Amino acid sequence: MSLLLAHDLVAGYADFQALFGVDVTIEEGETVAIIGANGAGKTTLLRTICGLLRSRRPTDIRFGGTPIGALEPEQIIELGIAMVPEGRRPFPSLNVADNLRMGAYCGRKGPWTLQRVFSLFPDLAEKHSAMPPTLSGGQQQMLAIGRALMANPKLLLCDELSLGLAPIIIRDIYGAMPGIRAEGTTILIIEQDIQRALRASDRVYCMQKGRMTLQGRPVELTRDEIKLAYFGV
Amino acid sequence: MYWINTIVQGALVGGLYALFATGLSLMFGVMRIINLAHGDFIVLSAYLAVVVMDLIGVNPLVALAVVAPAMFGIGYLLQRGLLNFTLGDDILRPLLVTFGLSVVIENVLLEVFSADSRRLQLPWLETSSIQLGDRLAIGLMPATVFVVAVVVIGAIEFLLRWTALGRAFRATADDTDTARLYGVNNRNIYALATAIALAVVSIAGVLFGIRTIFDPTIGPARLLYAFEVVIIGGLGSLWGTLAGGIILGVAQALGAAFDPSWDTLAGHLVFLAVLLFRPQGLIPKTFDL
Amino acid sequence: MTTVSYQIERSTRASRAGFAFMLVAVLVLLSVPAWAGRADMRLLIEVSYYLALAQAWNLMAGYAGLVSVGQQAFVGLGCYGFIVATAFLQIPPLVAIPLTGIVVAILAVPAAFLAFRLRGANFAIGTWVLAEVLRLIFTLIKTFGAGTGMSLPISVVRDIAESRTVRELVLYYVSVGLGIGTVILIFFWLRSRQGLALTAIRDSQSAAGSIGINQQRTKLAVYVIAALIAGLVGSLVVLEKLRITPGAAFSVTDWSADVIFIVIIGGIGSIEGPIIGTLVFFVLRFLLADYGAWYLITLGTLAIIVMLKAPRGIWGLIGDTFNIHLFPVQRRVRL
Repeated sequence: MSLLLAHDLVAGYADFQALFGVDVTIEEGETVAIIGANGAGKTTLLRTICGLLRSRRPTDIRFGGTPIGALEPEQIIELGIAMVPEGRRPFPSLNVADNLRMGAYCGRKGPWTLQRVFSLFPDLAEKHSAMPPTLSGGQQQMLAIGRALMANPKLLLCDELSLGLAPIIIRDIYGAMPGIRAEGTTILIIEQDIQRALRASDRVYCMQKGRMTLQGRPVELTRDEIKLAYFGV
Repeated sequence: MYWINTIVQGALVGGLYALFATGLSLMFGVMRIINLAHGDFIVLSAYLAVVVMDLIGVNPLVALAVVAPAMFGIGYLLQRGLLNFTLGDDILRPLLVTFGLSVVIENVLLEVFSADSRRLQLPWLETSSIQLGDRLAIGLMPATVFVVAVVVIGAIEFLLRWTALGRAFRATADDTDTARLYGVNNRNIYALATAIALAVVSIAGVLFGIRTIFDPTIGPARLLYAFEVVIIGGLGSLWGTLAGGIILGVAQALGAAFDPSWDTLAGHLVFLAVLLFRPQGLIPKTFDL
Repeated sequence: MTTVSYQIERSTRASRAGFAFMLVAVLVLLSVPAWAGRADMRLLIEVSYYLALAQAWNLMAGYAGLVSVGQQAFVGLGCYGFIVATAFLQIPPLVAIPLTGIVVAILAVPAAFLAFRLRGANFAIGTWVLAEVLRLIFTLIKTFGAGTGMSLPISVVRDIAESRTVRELVLYYVSVGLGIGTVILIFFWLRSRQGLALTAIRDSQSAAGSIGINQQRTKLAVYVIAALIAGLVGSLVVLEKLRITPGAAFSVTDWSADVIFIVIIGGIGSIEGPIIGTLVFFVLRFLLADYGAWYLITLGTLAIIVMLKAPRGIWGLIGDTFNIHLFPVQRRVRL
């Protein structure tokens, strides 16, 4: 049984529909990337998975076999899906350590503790009592990832990790991925940076205008195929 | 010496005012709601104590052991059942609903208890005093109230700063959606915040009822004091609230020393002065007044 | 490129019908002294100034986003201002009324300076504190009789008119004039460009700001106009009661709570709302007159229910269901 199965997923906002029958399968232990241009529906897909949006039918998304389309975010994190939000979104009133502790609020047990996160991201250990606005973009991203890890998720959703960061910082961030994979965490990455996505993942999906236009293993896909699926030209 | 005595008395009363303000501050901090019925809940607590005292014949402090949990429950239900539905972008709704609530509570109390003034009797506390040096004596009652205020404020600070629930309060106030992503059920959190706020209000209400005679109509004046304390001390800071309470208490005491009918007015004028010259208060943490 | 021709329509059939109806109502009101008794006239006087206050509060809260629980400050200032003007400065009463209004409006400017430092609910309580400060100050001023208040001197009363009948007539027409005048003033304001700005602020503060509407100035204008109206009401209150106390002049229940309930129940954000609200208020008062505190309990509960279930009040429900606008302030583009 797949860890996450979205079949003919339809979702959107009050004013407009954003997802027009999306199919995604993620197996346990995999790292899957979804690429696509702005407005393709990638973030909407993540928001629907983690519960901030409802899908049309509860069964549109199944996690470990359980339909989660109608659940609230607080219920979904308990099942083991944690999101690293677009734009990081650390809690500005909480210092680094408290932000991380918020990740553990749902009470899920596992290998990720404050100490483990600090050893994965030494920068955070150093700045454990700093307030988020004083952190650099890269450190805030580490904080957001660390916070999600503290929930000991089975599935980690990463929304645009590289957004607004310098290449060398992005390299460091993605450098942490193997450590996360080693714990058996399944990862779903949303990326605009195609190269990063291809290098970091086992399988890639491409989205355009709310539909999946391509999927496959990075080694098997050609540049032209990807260009077509990404831009539609 | 007379002045020192006056100032000390005022500072001690300030503890009670800080306690008034703490509940208001908590609800505002977590949910951005100013409960216009706040003062009426203070008075309601005093009347609940009256009922408990009449029913089981205990003194007010024992009655508090019943009233505080009751108010906790009322606060939870109030938020979950009513105020949660007023949250959103429109500031009018929580404002006007709590305003309506204020009028309803006041008049229900008038119907049930009539407009007669009352006081919660606790003779030994009211009349005892502590001698400090040879010219300063402070009443046991005001001293107790001040100590209780400091303890309660300290406890709430501890809750907010060091416990998972406190982190959840702060996270929800910062970013409700992201907090939900990490398991915070905001409807429940808001209700807990109001529950704690009203429990604190009940402590303040009972202590107030022991100290002063009260009737159903004096709620709004307490709301104004609580509000003034919050603004003087600075929104979002509980120790600022204590400082604000002390300042208001001292201002009122000095006003009363000048002329007994000047007490409330002196407090209001200090508030307006702070508003004029330092609107962010003494120890501000949030800036959107 | 062809230009599309269009017309801006202001009124609808419903609004023209409503207008006719209201014209009739006004004529009836003007004729009242000819056929009604003293008690009825007194009631209509009260209805008129509650209507004026409600329209003013609605303008502030429903359009400019200013929720004030402190209008009693300006009503009270109007009361005492009128007494100062007539009893101490010997100004003729009919001149004193508008003069007091203007003075109160001017005093609203420094008040706004203080109050505008606060937003939202804090602004509401801040205005309440200002009113309380005034109430307490006036309780301490011996010249005005301190806590027990003072009466309007007989000489001033006689100045209005020698006979009581004429005095009551004058008071009636001035009051009704104020009530109707407020509605008309607000109607024309909302129809104007400034009114469009106000409606924009009502709908979205940030969007309004982004298209260059000077919100601070607009809000100040609204606050001052509301104070003016409250000041005028204050003068009329003294004229009617012939005596005033600080408690009555600066009463938060009479001049804020009642008015707020009127606007909430009738409907915030429309001109029709406060009119309906005022009618409902007086009907309820009549029905529940013998039940003491239950009257306010009912009002408060009704306000809570309306705010939760029908935030635009009775008129909101009617207007939405039947899409009527009796006061045509909106513009429709007809292509």
